[in-house]
Amino acid sequence: MADAAAHDGHDHKPYHGWVRWVYSTNHKDIGTLYLIFAIMAGIIGGALSVAIRMELQEPGIQIFSGLAQMVYGMNGDAAIDGGKSMYNAFATAHALIMIFFMVMPALIGGFANWMVPIMIGAPDMAFPRMNNISFWLLPPAFILLLTSMFMPSAPGAFGVGGGWTLYPPLSTSGQPGPAMDLAILSIHIAGASSILGAINFITTIFNMRAPGMTLHKMPLFAWSVLVTAFLLLLSLPVLAGGITMLLTDRNFGTTFFAPDGGGDPILFQHLFWFFGHPEVYILILPGFGIISHVISTFSKKPVFGYLGMAYAMVAIGAVGFIVWAHHMYTTGLSLDTQRYFVFATMVIAVPTGVKIFSWIATMWGGSISFKTPMLWALGFIFLFTIGGVTGVQLANAGLDRSLHDTYFVIAHFHYVLSLGAVFAIFAGWYYWFPKMTGYMYSPVIANTHFWVTFVGVNLIFFPQHFLGLAGMPRRTIDYPDAFAGWNYVSSVGSYISAVGVLIFLYCVFEAFQKKRVAGANPWGEGATTLEWQLPSPPPFHQWEQLPKIK
Amino acid sequence: MRNFLANAKVPASAKFLSACAAITFFAGTSAHADQPKDWETTFQAPATDMMRQIEWFGNYTMWFIVPITILVLLLLAYCIVRFRASANPVPSKTSHNTLIEVIWTVGPVVILLCLAIPSFQLLTAQYTPPEEAKLTVKATGNQWNWDYEYQTDNTLSFNSAILQDTDRAAAGKEDRKAYPRLLAVDNELVVPVNTMTRVLVTATDVIHSFAMPSFGIKIDAVPGRTNETWFKAEKEGLYYGQCSQLCGKDHAFMPIAIRVVSDAQFKTWLAAAKTDLPGANKTLMAEVDGQNKVAAAGN
Repeated sequence: MADAAAHDGHDHKPYHGWVRWVYSTNHKDIGTLYLIFAIMAGIIGGALSVAIRMELQEPGIQIFSGLAQMVYGMNGDAAIDGGKSMYNAFATAHALIMIFFMVMPALIGGFANWMVPIMIGAPDMAFPRMNNISFWLLPPAFILLLTSMFMPSAPGAFGVGGGWTLYPPLSTSGQPGPAMDLAILSIHIAGASSILGAINFITTIFNMRAPGMTLHKMPLFAWSVLVTAFLLLLSLPVLAGGITMLLTDRNFGTTFFAPDGGGDPILFQHLFWFFGHPEVYILILPGFGIISHVISTFSKKPVFGYLGMAYAMVAIGAVGFIVWAHHMYTTGLSLDTQRYFVFATMVIAVPTGVKIFSWIATMWGGSISFKTPMLWALGFIFLFTIGGVTGVQLANAGLDRSLHDTYFVIAHFHYVLSLGAVFAIFAGWYYWFPKMTGYMYSPVIANTHFWVTFVGVNLIFFPQHFLGLAGMPRRTIDYPDAFAGWNYVSSVGSYISAVGVLIFLYCVFEAFQKKRVAGANPWGEGATTLEWQLPSPPPFHQWEQLPKIK
Repeated sequence: MRNFLANAKVPASAKFLSACAAITFFAGTSAHADQPKDWETTFQAPATDMMRQIEWFGNYTMWFIVPITILVLLLLAYCIVRFRASANPVPSKTSHNTLIEVIWTVGPVVILLCLAIPSFQLLTAQYTPPEEAKLTVKATGNQWNWDYEYQTDNTLSFNSAILQDTDRAAAGKEDRKAYPRLLAVDNELVVPVNTMTRVLVTATDVIHSFAMPSFGIKIDAVPGRTNETWFKAEKEGLYYGQCSQLCGKDHAFMPIAIRVVSDAQFKTWLAAAKTDLPGANKTLMAEVDGQNKVAAAGN
């Protein structure tokens, strides 16, 4: 800490200009960097998905052959083939960007960096310089991923087209070009960034809580970040191992995943999903924390069943590690293996149900005001419930036989992530924006953003349940003509959601332009956590006098 | 969603336990369909008993998840109306109620048990073929087509790839309803009706997945492994599926077509196909299409 203070100068004032941001060891500045990064990555990832929906608006290949012509300079049949591969590259990049460069930076790097130290009454993170490198590893990782989209992969193709799951042999012998190596390095670096961040959060939360703040008095957002940090710390090394084996299979003649050398492609799937399933809880758990705060604040009531809420997250995190093979029911797992994973997966529904009902019970008897963050939180509860119950359906291996790798799965995980995690991000954004910037946004514009997004995303993803039931496989650039109807509806929803993103950007712009002063606590008596006791924006260093928690 | 419910075969009054005990009891028969239809909101019509069981279980889960979703929606709506700040200016201070917390922990456990019992029965049934296979075919996925091999006395093997538009006329497959874009293939996999058929599935290059929605089967084709599944098609007809694991550039263009024919037709076809596959296919098509025309005229 002494070093960090010395680094920022003894007067505790920030450096000026770019030095302040690039050299920053301040958790709030680094949090801001993460949020800006997440917004930019989200725009790119969102644009990729709109391109995908434009392609799928009608049967046939419309967009991507032209795109391949423009970007790669291909012609004729080569452009059509290049376009097909480009579609796969877009789908892969959309997933990787949204997961590693949008949701995780926004929730963990952004909101958690900003709010966890303040909420637990700490002056900063435990390792401020490590916090700096955690962030600054991300831009090179992102640049590597974006570069990979323009590098050769399979013959006549550019960009990683193997899906974010990177299953070999498609990611090894299937795509010999350098695109895949760049993507693997990108994930390595992004993973290292997350591991460093996780270590920082665990240390901060365990050691730097203000006097009197026991773990059982800690705000739920801090709890959610603590659980998330453990998931990151335990799962990411497994991913790193798996993709390192991919790398050596590709470049150094090993055969971990190549059957002709005694390896097994399914081994990679086990390694990947041992990380991949905790990862989806990494994406949603901080959102759970945010939703608890928002519901409590705008109901003017403390969170119902606080301990149950905290330990439900712990349970979700723990059980999340032993359900991975429910992503692999069709790979030829034995009957007993499938039975176990059906059982374990269903167990997760119980703590998740506890959370949903506790949020409703928090509202029950409250005095609810429907400010913008509350709209997003209400939307979250309902849409996450839909995604949750379809998850219970998919947990059943017998039923998953028909739904696996169809659009039903796409609909399910977008309901929990795109409509779950992203709604939680926006709830957090509108909840803390006045705190972080000192300015209040226009509620009319912000509410419009909510309603346009709500209509848009439901139009995108609800019809995809139908497509999946009817048998439409995922990750296809073209589909049989019978699927045209619902695909058209879905694409229209995508354009509406894109308008929602523009409204969001305008909302931010307008708030900075109008400079309406928000005040220390714009939300009133319901906002009880420590961040609302500081001015908005908070001072460069807070809690020089540690707060005392009763 | 509403359509899915309307098609559910289980009466609302069905008691969970009796329902668990007799999976197929309520399963109804549906109109024959062999490919996806416009604006479809449900599973394709089942052509095997296994798919009927899957469809039954899918509908059965709806009887739990739709009410749960509606319950959450109603509770939210009630809170929004009853506890809005203008209607309830003074919030309560309640933040604990052990009884209700126990109820909403135990309640979901009970619901999950009701789901788990038929779920495990369904899963077990999928891995417990009711009889010995009478026919074994091996499906090998390649980028981007399938090799089929009949493991009969005199092995028959051929390649099955997407039907190119330029080949439609020569193959006699100009009817785009029966041979739809992206689903029709040059050489269908031909199997006899009501015959236990074992499918061995593997791949030569990358992972593919052998899927037939109306049969209720999907099994990955993994290089270096041989996976096994089975089906017993109940109705003659032409059934379509697609590769269901991302396998590269032409993943969308790797259909699976299975033609289910009578035992006699199959035997004739098999014998002829070993020497002249296109000829055998044409003869079979003429016979099947002729039957269909007679059936249509008979209406």
